[in-house]
Amino acid sequence: MSDHDYATLVRDDRVHTSLYRDAAIFDEEMERIFKHSWIWVAHESDIPAKSSFKTSWVGREPVIVTRDREMKVNVLLNRCRHRAASVCEKKKGKASVFVCPYHGWSYDPDGNLRKVPRAAGYPEDFDKSEFSLISLRVEIYNGMIFATFDEDIEPLIDYLGPARKWMDLFMKQGAGYGVKTLGEHRFRFPGNWKIQLENTTDAYHFPIVHKTFLDSLDAETGNVFDVLGQGGWVEDLGNGHSVMVMIPDLVDLDDKLDAAIPDRFADLAQELRDEGHDDATVRRVVRAVGGSGFNLNLFPNVACSMAFFRVLRPVTVEETEIVHVAIGMDGGPAAGNRERLRLHEHFQGPMGFGTPDDAEGWERVQRGAQAGDDLWIMLNRGVDAPEGVAEPGHEAGDVSAETGMRAAYQQWKRMMTA
Amino acid sequence: MNGTLEMTESITLAQAMEFIWAEADFLDRLDYKPWLKLWTDKGKYIVPTERDPEDYAEVLNIVYDNQTMREARVKRLLSGFSMSSAPPARTVRTVSRFVVTASDTGVMELRAAQMLAEYKYGHMRVLPADLKYRLVRAADGALLLDEKIVTLINADDYQFSIGYLL
Repeated sequence: MSDHDYATLVRDDRVHTSLYRDAAIFDEEMERIFKHSWIWVAHESDIPAKSSFKTSWVGREPVIVTRDREMKVNVLLNRCRHRAASVCEKKKGKASVFVCPYHGWSYDPDGNLRKVPRAAGYPEDFDKSEFSLISLRVEIYNGMIFATFDEDIEPLIDYLGPARKWMDLFMKQGAGYGVKTLGEHRFRFPGNWKIQLENTTDAYHFPIVHKTFLDSLDAETGNVFDVLGQGGWVEDLGNGHSVMVMIPDLVDLDDKLDAAIPDRFADLAQELRDEGHDDATVRRVVRAVGGSGFNLNLFPNVACSMAFFRVLRPVTVEETEIVHVAIGMDGGPAAGNRERLRLHEHFQGPMGFGTPDDAEGWERVQRGAQAGDDLWIMLNRGVDAPEGVAEPGHEAGDVSAETGMRAAYQQWKRMMTA
Repeated sequence: MNGTLEMTESITLAQAMEFIWAEADFLDRLDYKPWLKLWTDKGKYIVPTERDPEDYAEVLNIVYDNQTMREARVKRLLSGFSMSSAPPARTVRTVSRFVVTASDTGVMELRAAQMLAEYKYGHMRVLPADLKYRLVRAADGALLLDEKIVTLINADDYQFSIGYLL
């Protein structure tokens, strides 16, 4: 397919259904987008100490994210340079050396080839320094570790641009202690990755798909989650990134600390007081535990979504793996983190009160998209954003506008035709 | 306590198996309301994301339900408004390979294997799991679930969404 063909598949207000179901387009996306963007691979708290590691993915390629002796973060292809066996099959842990199980080549956490068994069997000019694990370019912003195969794309901070402000706001959920990952729900759905990308910036579905979640809340909390009724907005942040503000009251968690503590957190507040925390700390922790009121979609594979990281990994054109990473305070009161775990379990994961219905909706999109030869996915929803909420100069719409999806697909078009 | 009373209060493996099979039957038939009554007030229903954590309360689980959450979950699954459970998947499960791990007056802990097949939209999936139960005998003589832990064979890997009870 030519660049021109890709350009015709994305219009200002719609995209062609083949973007969900054409395997050739998928292969091209993995090349043109996932090899040339900053791809999220881990949070710094996943690898807190020297020699800690976590396995992850950049597009379809398995990688190991490591912290070496100098505390530097490395992202290494998980493939022995000898005959290609993976050198690590654990999810995370500590390892000062990665030993290939096949012939025993061993690598340092920075990827350096340390030792080759029976080295005398190689010619004298065998140079170990030519056979390090392949190391990707790595940059970090506010604890979020990104990697790329592309040595020439712009620095991460420029790529993120105005999204950084929202990442900084999101990390206030650390309540001053810093953010730490607490565990993850991992699930798949039979559908294209972009269906999930869209969903993170789709408030329109929330009251319908998540009616049973809303019905499980007390009245006060139900009002908090009335996401269409609070004057929120969606804002294009450039490079395919967008933010959808659903609960404006929960944008800046350092604000409004003198507001009444919600009933649902009364027990937590009391537990914190009983542990001896002062009133200011109790208020700050309780407000942070409730999570942020927005979804920040970072093109192409990660979102800071209200109270967790949502990571997507395209598996095939019609299968996608998603990880919902629970987060909490790094060193903050254990009672606050326990509360966050229970809140995460309530909505998220394969048996949560929200996620299974989302996943069912996405599966239904993929099933329905098999029908029709020349039909389009409509992204034309939206009226003006409330006055004065979005940054001047940013494209913006009301909270249920499809502005964020349009932003993502315009980035898709730029990258697929570059 | 005299010996006769202890005899009547103890739980036999046969009684435990009969109870667990009845529970499995409730779940396959989506008969969730009577299932809610099989629990002690403090009973915990847990589906973990790790094989054997030290303390389930301190880690992320797929399900970590007390009675209030179980009731909310059942209400949701039966409401007709959750598209992942309406229409529901069909399930067929068997529980076997019982091993009693602890037994005392009126209490039995055991582990077992569950094989569950799920069918929806032309997909058949198999979800094997290790089960752990703590059963207690109530004052009226009935058995109750005090803890049930369903550790999927791939608990620490990806799942597809599960719109029913394990």
